[in-house]
Formats: sequence, C-alpha cells, structure tokens
Amino acid sequence: MLRNIILSLGLLLAIPAFAVEPDEVLGDPALESRARELSKGLRCLVCRNENIDESNAELARDLRVLVRERLVAGDSDPQVIDFIVNRYGEYVLLRPTTGGANLMLWIAGPVLLLVALGVGAGYVRSRRRAGETPQDQLSEDEQARLKEIMGE
Amino acid sequence: MPSIRHMIIELGHFALILAFLVAIVQAVIPLVGAHKGWANWMSVAEPAASVQFLLTAFSFGALTYAFVTSDFSLQLVVLNSHTAKPMLYKVSGVWGNHEGSMLLWVLILTLFGAMAAWFGGNLPPSLRARVLSVQSAISVAFFAFILFTSNPFTRLATPPFDGQDLNPLLQDPGLAFHPPFLYLGYVGLSICFSFAVAALIEGRVDAAWGRWVRPWTLAAWIFLTIGIGLGSWWAYYELGWGGFWFWDPVENASFMPWLIAVALLHSAIVVEKRESLKSWTMLLAIMAFGFSLIGTFIVRSGVITSVHAFANDPERGVFILMILAVFMGGALVLYALRASALEAKGVFGVVSRETALVLNNILLAVAAFVVFIGTIWPLIAELFFDRKLSVGPPFFNMAFTPFMVALALILPVGAILPWKRARLGRALVQLRGAFVLALAMASVVWAMQAERSVLGPVGLFLGAWLVSGAAVDLWIRSGRGAIGDRLRRMLRLPRADWGKAVAHAGLGITIFGIAGLLAWQHEDIRVTQIGDRFEVAGYGIVLDSVDRVEGPNYLSTMGTMTVWRGSKQIAKLHPEKRIYPVAKMPTTEAGIDSGMLRDIYLVIGDPQQDGGWAVRTYIKPLANWIWSGAIIMALGGGLSLSDRRYRVAAGARKTGAAAPVPAE
Repeated sequence: MLRNIILSLGLLLAIPAFAVEPDEVLGDPALESRARELSKGLRCLVCRNENIDESNAELARDLRVLVRERLVAGDSDPQVIDFIVNRYGEYVLLRPTTGGANLMLWIAGPVLLLVALGVGAGYVRSRRRAGETPQDQLSEDEQARLKEIMGE
Repeated sequence: MPSIRHMIIELGHFALILAFLVAIVQAVIPLVGAHKGWANWMSVAEPAASVQFLLTAFSFGALTYAFVTSDFSLQLVVLNSHTAKPMLYKVSGVWGNHEGSMLLWVLILTLFGAMAAWFGGNLPPSLRARVLSVQSAISVAFFAFILFTSNPFTRLATPPFDGQDLNPLLQDPGLAFHPPFLYLGYVGLSICFSFAVAALIEGRVDAAWGRWVRPWTLAAWIFLTIGIGLGSWWAYYELGWGGFWFWDPVENASFMPWLIAVALLHSAIVVEKRESLKSWTMLLAIMAFGFSLIGTFIVRSGVITSVHAFANDPERGVFILMILAVFMGGALVLYALRASALEAKGVFGVVSRETALVLNNILLAVAAFVVFIGTIWPLIAELFFDRKLSVGPPFFNMAFTPFMVALALILPVGAILPWKRARLGRALVQLRGAFVLALAMASVVWAMQAERSVLGPVGLFLGAWLVSGAAVDLWIRSGRGAIGDRLRRMLRLPRADWGKAVAHAGLGITIFGIAGLLAWQHEDIRVTQIGDRFEVAGYGIVLDSVDRVEGPNYLSTMGTMTVWRGSKQIAKLHPEKRIYPVAKMPTTEAGIDSGMLRDIYLVIGDPQQDGGWAVRTYIKPLANWIWSGAIIMALGGGLSLSDRRYRVAAGARKTGAAAPVPAE
C-alpha cells in the first residue's frame, strides 16, 4: 500500500530531467548550433542562475523552442536576442549590455587595473630610490630577538 | 531513554551560551591587559580560548547527536532529516542547513582561536593577547548571531513522527564534506585578520610577523582550495550536464577569498624575506577575511539571488551586514590611522622578485574585484538604477579570464627571478626550453584539432608553460655540476621550494583541464531504442536496459549502458534518474567512465512514446585534470606548510625562547 503511494507520487513528480530534449533539436546543424550558442546567453527566468540551455524547467523549454522558431523564420542572432529581450526584459540576458550604468560594470576592472599598475609602478620606483638614503635600523635587542624567531 | 536525550540537547544549548560569555571575557580582559601591561590579565586569553573551543565542540556534538538519533523534537532535525536517510547524511545534515552550518562556522572559528593559543607560545605576550582578543571578538559576534537569530536548539511542542528529509542534492559524499572544508578556509582567514588588527594596534610589523601569518594563510588557502575543488567536482557529476563552474554568487563567494588568500600568501613572503609591502599585506589580511564575511553574507542572506529573499528574512541579513560593517569598518579605520607608521625597509630594483610579486598581487586583487563587482552588480543596478538585470558566465569569462592568462604568462618568470636585483634576459634564457616545449605542444595540437578553436592551444600552451616552468625553477635551484649531483641536490631542496613548484604546476594542470574540456568536448542528444548502438566521437554506446530500482530513501530509473571501442567493450555504466518522495525532488546521477585523457559522461532522460529513451552523451577531454590540478595545488601548499622553518613554535621551544612568558 505505502509502496504504491510512493510509486504514484514518483510518477506525478516525473519532471523532465533533461535540458535540451531530442525533439527540440533542429534538422539543420548550422541553425541548431546557433540556437545552442544563443541559449547559453539567456537566463532561465524561474531558475537560480541557470541558462536555458542547461535548465530543465518548462519555461526554459518554451524559450528554447521560441529561439529556434525565430531562427527558422530567418532572424539574425541579434534579432532573436532583441525579440526575447522585448518580451522578457533585460533580466533574461546573462551577458549584461554595455549601455547606461552598465558601462561602469564593464570598465571597472580595466580602470582599476590601470590605477593599480600606476600605484604599483610608483611604489617600485620609490623602493629603488630608497636604496640611496640610509634607513634607520632595528635596535640591537630587536635584531637579536628577530634572529631568534627566524631560527637563525 | 528520553530524559538523557533531552539533557544532552539542553546541555548543548547551555554550553553555547557559556561559550558566548567566555568569548566576551576573552575579547575584553586580555586586550586591556596588553594595553596596561598587566601580565595576569593577558594570560586569561589562552585558557579562555581553549574553554571556548571545548564548549562549542560540546554544543556541536549535542546537535550531531540529535541528528544521528533522529530526535524530532528539534525543529532543525524535523526540517532536515528523516529516519530512512543513510547515516553519513544524517551527520552531514547537521551542517546542511542554515543554523547548523553557522554552528559549524563558530566551531571552526573557536578551533582556530584555540590553535593560535596552543601554538602561539613563541609570540610576544602582548601580541598574542591581542590576537586572541580580536579573534574572540569575532566569536562574540557570531555567537550572538546564532543565539539571537539562528538558534539550532529550537524545540517543537509536538514532535512529528518523521522528518522532512534533507535536500537530496546535498545527499552526496562530495557535498557532505564540501562545507566543512570551505569553512575551514573561510574562517582560517580570521586568524590572519586578527594578526593584522593586533599588529596595527601594536603599531609594529616586521619579518617575524610575516613568518607567523604565513602558515595560517597557507592552511586556510589549502582548505579553501580543497573545498572549492570538491564543490566543483560535485557540480560536474551531479547536476547532469558536466559543467564545473557556473559563476554562481555562492561560488563566487568562495572564490573571492581564495584569490585574496593567494595574493596574501605571496605578499607575506615579501614581508618576511624583504620587509617590504607591509602596509599592503595588512590590507590584504583584512580584506581576505572581509571577503569571507561578504561570502557568508551573500550565502546566508540570499540577497544576491533575489532581493526578495532578503526581505523575507531581513533579521539575519542585517545582523551579518552589521558584523561586516563593524569589523571591516573598525579594521579599516585602524588601518588608515596606523598604516603610515609601517615603514618599508627592503630596497629592490625594478626588475626583481619583489616587483614580480607586486604584479602578482595587482592581478589577483583586481581579478577578485572584478568577480566582486560582477557578483553584486545586479543588486546595485536594482537599488540605484531601477534595472533588473543578470550578470552571468559570459561576463565573467570575458572580464576575468584575461587576468588569469596574464598571471600564468608571468608566473614562471617571476618565480625564478632573484630578490633585490635581477636581470630579465637571464631569466628568459633559463626558461627558453620551457617556452619552446609549451609552444611546440600548442602547435601540434593546433594542427591536429578538427575545429579552429584558439582556446585549446592557448590553454595547453599556458598549462605546459607553467608545469615546465615549475620544473625549471627546481632545476635552477639545484646549482651547478653533473646532472646526477644536481638531481640529488634537487631532491634535498627545502620542502618550501618543492611546495612552491608543485603548487605552480598544479595551477598549470588545472588550466590544461579547463582548456581541454571547453575546447574539445563532444555532445550528443538523441532518442535511442534499447539494444541499438550509436557512435559518438569514435565510441559506440548501447542502452542495454532500463530498470526501476528502490534506494533507501529514493526511487530510481536506472539505465544500464555499455560503451564500446570497435568491438571491444570498455565500460558498463549506470546513469540514473532519482526521485526523493519525501523531499519531492528529482535528481540526475550521471554514469561516468573516468579516464586520464577523457571522461565518458552518460545521462538518461525520459521514456518516449515509441518505447525509446532520451539519452545524452558527452565525451569530456581532460576533465579530471581540473580537480587533479586543485589537489596538486593543495598538496604543494601542504609541502610548504610542512617545511621545518614554519614550525616556529617547535623551533623556539628547542632553543628555549627567552622572551618573558606570563605565568600560566
């Protein structure tokens, strides 16, 4: 009895455990590979940080089918993306646009790298110049203690 | 016997409250003692740290006991366990939830505090007292967090007959041990933080400080490396399509401290050997733990996955945010006041090991920053620009990868440059062989591969360059003379030298694996009939049968599949689709044939109307190299850690350190 209940529960729960299903795959390999690439850049809206190519959710499947329909209808890649973004908003894009405030996101790394390289170069040069002026040293006691700690 | 069982839970709860009180004492008394120079006040720190750890360990033990005996009068056990669950997962269920994982967090925090007390005999007494006080202040904050917002010992008035089971994705050996390692890493960095803050209070940082901090950083980094590796390996075999890294906020939360820990590891060398980069190293030590706290905040508040998750449970999120603000704010203010007093001593030329390590630190720190801004950008965009957007793998791959490529390119050169003053030309001549070898391998692969992918050859070049560069590093250190003599001397090099070379080679191997997997993976999706054979990249695959199998707490649809090379069977695999009725969740268990050069990765899907089954097949080249590289990196860290020079305390006891030690 209990076993039957568990089994029927199991059947009810038979959620598709699969991302791209065989029946979704397009006949034309070139179109299919474009569809796969596009899918990798689109977010499954009901999942946690999954793209629609990897997701098992129903909604992701709908989006995958939609992408393929647009491609078969002759849309270019950017046209497909525009179509999806118009419907679902920019939240669907895993690769954020560079427009508006997002510019900050994209240039933050390179800008900080340049600043860091500048500061680093300044530091290295100051260390080289420091060689020309004598530095004050540790006291003799401190030197002895240091030696001891360093095990020398 | 319910009475004993009840006693244990209540005693565990009581021990936790006592530990909280001990932590408050330890956070205050030794600090005052160090300030006033009162030895007996300072000497409170050491026994307090031990007691704090023992009390927390008892409390953790009590909770584990409740899970193991399935005590359903505890709310936490009801929500996360089930009598039919295998014993391993009853135990790992202790930390497979918010409250229990925070208890593990403080357990490790107090363990590190106690270890700093036990092995800190060589530290100047005032520094030791301050380190233990700061460490205990962190404990106070987290004990309060647990007791006031996330108490694992909450009882139910009417216990149910059985529990609701642990999330089945977590019922896996890889994930059972993933959190403890990660926490050992995260929390291990707290000791570096405490050392930095204590040194800033003292106003003195010297070579000895660098030497004290390095082993702790190294240990934390080893644990983080293993923890991240385990998590990535788990994602690979459990999530059903063989990805190994997703740039998920939770993953990034562990990756940022790792990057900063690597930077700290290297800059502390400069402090120890050359007495330079002191103030920068202080900042890194503070930031490393800061990123651990940010990671804890991200994971525990759920703020990044959805702002609404945060709103659902604002108490915990705000509490951790306050902890973050107090400790980071306090430490950074202290840093701003005192850092200028930390004078650099070492002098070096523009081309030198020091400069190479500065470059290493810049690349790692900026890379960590890129991960950070990418992780929090959706939050910033929503809060300030009213835009709901996602930042996913395409951004991180594009913005982060160049830093790692640059790092891998300069690493072998920097590793062999001498301190103080070096000649770049000389280093390049020494690395000539390594460069030619790496280039030759990349060219052969470029010519052989069917696709014109740049990724594969470039990754292969970097991997080979790092591994052969590490070999050159050891070879140079063996000095001059006959090959036999040099080999013998090479074997006798200090373990730290070997550790460095092994860890660097490990990075190369990981890069190798990532490039191979991304560039040359084969995928096949199809419906197959039972008994039919199909070919994928030279392998014949047959679905022999599909059966229904009952596990201890799940039902499985288990395929039996054979893999053939020509007419020779090379593997028999059992991909599964499981359903956990209690937790109402399906999981996929891929069938994987692991090999040196490739994994064959099979996933079974749904039955089709015509009697066939949906099947996914992947050939994943070099997949195992990714995690092997991580293990080798950790091994290198272990070798370094075991170097005689770091057993500071042991060495000091032998020579009878003369520093005045407070009466104990």
